Amino acid sequence: METLNFFIKNQGQILQLTLEHLWLVGTSMLLAMAIGLPVGIFLTRRQAFRKPVIGGVNIVQTIPSLALFGFLLPVPWLGERADRLAIAALTLYALLPVVRNTFTGIVGVDPNVREAARGMGMTDRQVLFKVELPLAMGVILAGVRVATVISVGVATIAAAIGAGGLGEFIFRGVAMVDNRVILAGAIPAAALALLLDMLLGFLERKLTYVQ
Amino acid sequence: MTEARETVIEFRGVSYCVSNAQQLLSDLNLTVRCGETLMLLGRSGSGKTTTLKLINRMLEPSAGEVRVDGRSTLEWDAIRLRRGIGYVIQEAGLFPHFTVERNVGLVPHLEGWPPEKIRARVCEMLELVGLPPEQFLSRRPHQLSGGQRQRVGVARALAGDPPLLLMDEPFGALDPLTRAEIQGEFQALQGRLKKTVVMVTHDLREALLLGTRIALMESGKLTGVFAPREFEHATDPRVAAYVRVFRARDGQSNL
Repeated sequence: METLNFFIKNQGQILQLTLEHLWLVGTSMLLAMAIGLPVGIFLTRRQAFRKPVIGGVNIVQTIPSLALFGFLLPVPWLGERADRLAIAALTLYALLPVVRNTFTGIVGVDPNVREAARGMGMTDRQVLFKVELPLAMGVILAGVRVATVISVGVATIAAAIGAGGLGEFIFRGVAMVDNRVILAGAIPAAALALLLDMLLGFLERKLTYVQ
Repeated sequence: MTEARETVIEFRGVSYCVSNAQQLLSDLNLTVRCGETLMLLGRSGSGKTTTLKLINRMLEPSAGEVRVDGRSTLEWDAIRLRRGIGYVIQEAGLFPHFTVERNVGLVPHLEGWPPEKIRARVCEMLELVGLPPEQFLSRRPHQLSGGQRQRVGVARALAGDPPLLLMDEPFGALDPLTRAEIQGEFQALQGRLKKTVVMVTHDLREALLLGTRIALMESGKLTGVFAPREFEHATDPRVAAYVRVFRARDGQSNL
């Protein structure tokens, strides 16, 4: 009850930080897709690069998020603004699921179907856009979905470097030893993760052909 | 039927190897004449499919050359070459995310035909393979039986009206009854359309039934090319051995 009252009293700030959070996650996800999709596609064409590239994004994934924020701090243009820095770090984190799923999704397309497409005289571009990507869409979107949900969680840590978002409440609450404040950050963050997960799951079902 | 036929495909000393260690095809010389149904017969790994894929340049020869319509496949633009050749593979290789209509209309679509002409052509092709268009146009491959899928595969290969048809074990995955049915239909169809067909099979009966000539292959080499009757009563020991083995395996089914 007390927590609820706190929520109502601070609803303006909760809303604002939620929007900030959404901005961090949304921008970094768009960037991760803009980079990860072409990289994943490229890897299916030049499989020799698969190990080093997937290995590379894998290593990024293993760096603790707080440390990654720290590492990026001295980078010239990035370090200037906290949200810029946070978006860069979140993008790096989201890269692995996007790249990996794009790669496995396309490689997993029935070789018979790919062979038929080539044999009927489709160009490489046509094979990619008309056959491989549509058929891999379900797997690719599953990767985007996983990356998004992870991002919502990791983005709370961005508050540690002053990038805003719902982490503000969480860090403040921990410092103040006040559960109400922690929950004011944690509950909207969890809700956001669930909501985005549902939304992308819906999209996944819509865009995946029925089997 | 006239016997004067021009050469459509010619293999001249063709070899194909994946690496130095693995030679899949060695020194193949073979001609395919206009309007004939040439069956490439042999056991798995004998190089039949490799031979087929060299024709539409899905593979390129390591040595020698494959000539289609008098030009080496390497001189052809691969895309142009393939659009002019119908291609049917095992399990049909239909696009699971396309309706039957889009599957069959693929080559006309790629060739930029106007939509109403594509639709008319698709309907014509479906009629041809015995699938009523009004029932099948909007279905997806997973809503079809194996036999229907294979019929759609044939309709798709014929849609661009290619003079040449390559078929890689097109009826291999079907149950015996459906296979017999479709083989019969194919025979009737071929009687009307008179396409040049190269078909891969390991089924001696199919080769004898559908082929005007049979090319027997063994471990990457051509044993010889025979008319069906020659084949059945062949004196060549390797052919006789193949027939014998096949008969023995098939003996109990009494076919």
